[in-house]
Amino acid sequence: MDGYYAFMLVATAFVLMMTVPALALFYGGMSRSKSVLNMIMMSFIAAAIVGILYVAVGWSMGWSGNGTFFADPFALVMLNGVETSDYIYVMFQMTFAIITVALISGAIADRVKFSAWVLFIPFWAVLVYFPMAHMVFSCTDDSLICGRIGAQDYAGGTAVHINAGVAALVLAVVIGKRVGWPKDKMRPHNLTLTMLGAGMLWLGWYGFNVGSIVFSEESLADEGLLMEQFYSETGRTFANTTLATMAAILGWLVVERLMHGKATSLGAASGIVAGLVAITPAAGAVDIEGALAIGAIAGALCAVAVGWKFKLGLDDSLDVVGVHLVGGIAGTVLIGFFSTSDGAGGVDGLFYGGGTDSLVAQVLGVLVAVAYSGVITAVLALAIKFTLGWRMNEDDEVGGADLAQHGESAYDLHTGVGGGVKSSVIAGATSAAPNEGART
Amino acid sequence: MKLVTAVIKPHKWEDVREALETFGVTGMTVSEVSGYGRQKGHTEVYRGAEYDIALVPKIRVEIVVDDGDADDVVGIVVKTAQTGRIGDGKVWVSPVDAVVRVRTGDRDASAL
Repeated sequence: MDGYYAFMLVATAFVLMMTVPALALFYGGMSRSKSVLNMIMMSFIAAAIVGILYVAVGWSMGWSGNGTFFADPFALVMLNGVETSDYIYVMFQMTFAIITVALISGAIADRVKFSAWVLFIPFWAVLVYFPMAHMVFSCTDDSLICGRIGAQDYAGGTAVHINAGVAALVLAVVIGKRVGWPKDKMRPHNLTLTMLGAGMLWLGWYGFNVGSIVFSEESLADEGLLMEQFYSETGRTFANTTLATMAAILGWLVVERLMHGKATSLGAASGIVAGLVAITPAAGAVDIEGALAIGAIAGALCAVAVGWKFKLGLDDSLDVVGVHLVGGIAGTVLIGFFSTSDGAGGVDGLFYGGGTDSLVAQVLGVLVAVAYSGVITAVLALAIKFTLGWRMNEDDEVGGADLAQHGESAYDLHTGVGGGVKSSVIAGATSAAPNEGART
Repeated sequence: MKLVTAVIKPHKWEDVREALETFGVTGMTVSEVSGYGRQKGHTEVYRGAEYDIALVPKIRVEIVVDDGDADDVVGIVVKTAQTGRIGDGKVWVSPVDAVVRVRTGDRDASAL
């Protein structure tokens, strides 16, 4: 299995690239020019904090054994007891934790103290993400969503996208609207960054979905079966990921063209992400037709959903709820309709003659994820609100998070002022001051 | 002397410059500006949210000319910058009291 090991090295690096820099660019381009660096930094700092926490307790909470919500947090602290040859699986799972946390930041762009975000990250990772990853991915008999409910989630529809989407919704409610929103709707400052980020997300997502293969007991006992599962499952997840994304671009653009008269570049970039989100839980479970249907439905649905925030008065700045929560729920529930028994889960969905069992399990899985993430995120968000406080003061917010939080600005476009002027010229201007004084 | 100020569509700037150079105008000041006239701005759509963009990008050309040339210069700008569609811009003329060339100290007509 040398090939499989090499494949996992690449897949893991791809998933890390999804956060740094793909998501950071995707979000950065959609934010305003005065807070783009802060937006990017929220992803970068998530990588740093969550990554270290993951080897400290995350892997242990997820993968050290049985438990309904999580396993023993202290069994494998700092990966003591884990073979170094297994580190790559730890790293692979770590990248999922990182991007899930980073995804949330899109809902709270432009207005949050960097310190509040830094405080939120470790608590949310430990209290919400690590348990959710155990419930969904480690899939022991006890684990709630995979083991007890029996819901399918190939690469993170519930653990990653619904989880992050619900947290985003809660934070947007607790933290409140940006100054001036919704009268000033705050359009994206650089869609080329966003398009680039979306393209890189698509590329990285192959690591996300295709790397999520889990070998069956039978395969692990037989080299021939192992190779057969590896070839067929990676082929399927690669194809499904690709085709669902293509269908979602079209789904989003058709809705946009019908509702607003134009097919936009931001719509195409958003369609990419919506399709990838929706196919993530279903990548191993459905056939090509199912993948196309899921992509098209999710693309169209998310295109409609992103308008809801204006109706609800919810300043989910970069549409984390509209894309990740709605897309994640769509993909997870649609498994109940499109799942095929020759897929990874071995279950037929409603449209494939399997009855409603799969659909019920999928809906229950969604409800548990929404409830768990929603309640604990709300407690955590309120705790920070009434202690450290989430918001920058109004002057800092209006002046821009980049300057207020990081002492930097992203762009220097004025060569006359602070740009191309040599320091000696500025010094000369200052030394002229006594003459002005003499004139008075 | 007169100051002719023209606010025109950006893609018409090269035509205007060539025509004025042929006429004999020796210099001008050009800046990128934004503004709006009767038609207001335009609408952009981002993820379904419509944004009214009030300000439209334009080029502002400022030319100081002798009194006798002002009408000709205005005529040239209007002729070359005109597309007949909305948003073609405006030209206006204002009096200029004095002009000095910084390098030599020349004044008025000889400073142009």
